Amino acid sequence: MELWYTEKHTENVQFSIKLDRQIYSNHSDFQRIDVFDSKEFGRFFTLDGLIMVTEKDEFIYHDMIVHVPMAANPDIKDVLVIGAGDGGTIRELTRYESVESIDVVEIDEMVVEVCKRFLPQTACKFDDRRVKLHFEDGLKYIRNKVSEYDLIIVDSTDAFGPGEGLFTKEFYGNCYKALKDDGILVNQHESPYYDSYANSMRRAHKRISEVFPICSVYQAHIPTYPSGHWLFGFASKKYHPTDNENIDKWNELGIKTKYYNTELHRGCFALPNYVKELLE
Amino acid sequence: MDINLQKEAPIYEALEAYRKKRIVSFDVPGHKQGRGNPDLVDFLGEQALGVDVNSMKPLDNLCHPVGVIRRAEKTAADAFGAKNVFFMVNGTSSAVQAMVMYACKRGEKIIMPRNVHRSAINALIVSGAIPVYVNPGVDKRLGIPLGMSVADVEKAIAENPDAKAILVNNPTYYGICSDLKRITEIAHDANMLVLVDEAHGTHFYFGENMPVSAMAVGADMAAVSMHKTGGSLTQSSFLLVGGDVNEGYMRQVINLTQTTSGSYLLMSSLDIARRNLALNGKQIFDKVVQFAEYARSEVNKIGGFYAFSKELVNGDTVYDFDVTKLSVHTRDIGLAGIEVYDILRDDYEIQIEFGDIGNILAIISVGDRSYEIERLISSLSEIKRIYSKDPAGMFDHEYITPTIVLSPQKAFYCSKKSVDIASSENHICTEFVMCYPPGIPILAPGEKITRETLDYISYAKEKGCFLTGTEDMNVEKINIVAE
Repeated sequence: MELWYTEKHTENVQFSIKLDRQIYSNHSDFQRIDVFDSKEFGRFFTLDGLIMVTEKDEFIYHDMIVHVPMAANPDIKDVLVIGAGDGGTIRELTRYESVESIDVVEIDEMVVEVCKRFLPQTACKFDDRRVKLHFEDGLKYIRNKVSEYDLIIVDSTDAFGPGEGLFTKEFYGNCYKALKDDGILVNQHESPYYDSYANSMRRAHKRISEVFPICSVYQAHIPTYPSGHWLFGFASKKYHPTDNENIDKWNELGIKTKYYNTELHRGCFALPNYVKELLE
Repeated sequence: MDINLQKEAPIYEALEAYRKKRIVSFDVPGHKQGRGNPDLVDFLGEQALGVDVNSMKPLDNLCHPVGVIRRAEKTAADAFGAKNVFFMVNGTSSAVQAMVMYACKRGEKIIMPRNVHRSAINALIVSGAIPVYVNPGVDKRLGIPLGMSVADVEKAIAENPDAKAILVNNPTYYGICSDLKRITEIAHDANMLVLVDEAHGTHFYFGENMPVSAMAVGADMAAVSMHKTGGSLTQSSFLLVGGDVNEGYMRQVINLTQTTSGSYLLMSSLDIARRNLALNGKQIFDKVVQFAEYARSEVNKIGGFYAFSKELVNGDTVYDFDVTKLSVHTRDIGLAGIEVYDILRDDYEIQIEFGDIGNILAIISVGDRSYEIERLISSLSEIKRIYSKDPAGMFDHEYITPTIVLSPQKAFYCSKKSVDIASSENHICTEFVMCYPPGIPILAPGEKITRETLDYISYAKEKGCFLTGTEDMNVEKINIVAE
């Protein structure tokens, strides 16, 4: 018997992983949640049939969404994370002693429950005393916040589905308002390669750049995401992502990482020409 | 309402049966299930094109229904508590016109508030009926026209005992209801027909704790825009009749202007939407009310905006308020409603129903989800943060009492000349000027052009309102009665 998980990366491209077994499946009020075991990628979980996190490659995504902004401003104390029900982003944030508060806004409580139960590799720091969970719509949560955060991380699903509102101009504007004068916004920024993702990426970049004075995009290689070529957005009121003296100081913190390092930090903002053109 | 009957959808079922028979058609439409127009099939889909068909015996005929359309009418009548229902495929405008043309012949009077939709005044041009306008009250702060007060209606009836009918908006575009029950009673006591424009009131028939509907209070006719809040396709509508309306004569009146090629896409959409509302309307409109109430409370928390509701109720000119309407007063943040309307669309990709001088209106309906509601609220909070300014110097009223010199029909057909709008003061206009939406005339044919009206028009233009109605597409010239 062979059991395979298949995800459509486009109408004409499929990505498959041979499964050992399916260990969970349920529908929340917002989406379908599945958890599988596989030889190649270990345990992984999907939302509406799209891979969110695998045990084998989650470190890439979580390193890059957290350590890049944390290196850009070592004084980050108050962090808001939107989405991130798998807990990986929170795990990385809790490694910084300087961080004082981590507000986590996840629309779907069931995602957190499922990850706590089946994905302890990422969902291991929800109990940290600095972490406060809010189960509500991120767009609604942030509406009434003014100058409260040093960093906002938008660790969302794709720009279609429950995460759609987190790719809108009003959301980015609300983030700007919720950030302090030197605040940074980092978001999951889709992929430049396949058309449907590239469109979301372009729209997101355009909208963010209408709101923030400093606005760049950086990349990472994530094998289980469509095309494997993934982008993050770095928007900021004050700190430049690379032209910045803080970055080398990050090494003094002694945080051991599997993907991120400060040379890579500088390099990941260098983009292929076709991506640059898409962002123009 | 007979629930078992409501589970049926006779037109839809007949179309499904027709589709299965794979009939060879040598009749119109010439696209023949779409085969003759492949691009259109790609765009609209085989399902839709396959049932875009002509009347035939198994599918009945809208002009003279004796089969499935008749059954669908009767089923809809049961759902609305009406004596009969007519399927309308030329929009609610045609239903409003049919009501007026049924009630009044040339030269006969009809009492109506001035803030009627243009379709009602169009009906006066066609029929030659004479309007007797009742001044709706105006809310000073919001600048919106209200309902008719019972005392004003009584006065209009006493002064015009020969009037044949009275037309009532239930509700207005902004969600405001007059005391329809009392007005119906006094009109009937005076032997006048009661015609109700319920273009924005479909849900009154299906939701709980809604303002009263025309049929519930014994009004004679009502025009109901199923497509606005009920979920049918654009341009499809119901005309409800109760009481002593002569159905056969009404059908003749409708057939004067209605197409003889009634669209089955529109008719089936009415049939299916009616079934959905009859079976699920209570839950659907519960949800709509929750969304609207939630949005109102969140919008009011932003500050500056005023999302108004039942607190306006005063027992007379605001007898009741339709809480499904999300009307927001914007002037206190220094922006005209039309400006907020434009920013929402251009910057935030949110299309709302309309913006006027002081307010915006968002329609919340059977199709909404909390995602869209959150986006709207967040965008409004951003608009306030980024664009708000000092409201000083903003125009502060909406209703202008018209001076009627000629009947709309006489004015429309008289000999006329075109002049610059700016130099038309004190002349009698022969055409409409209105912002669209909402489509409530600023000037109607036969009315005197005043300084106040001209100021209002130029202010509306400056703020970016979409002005329509005049022969001149740029609304720079206006036709006036030639002296």
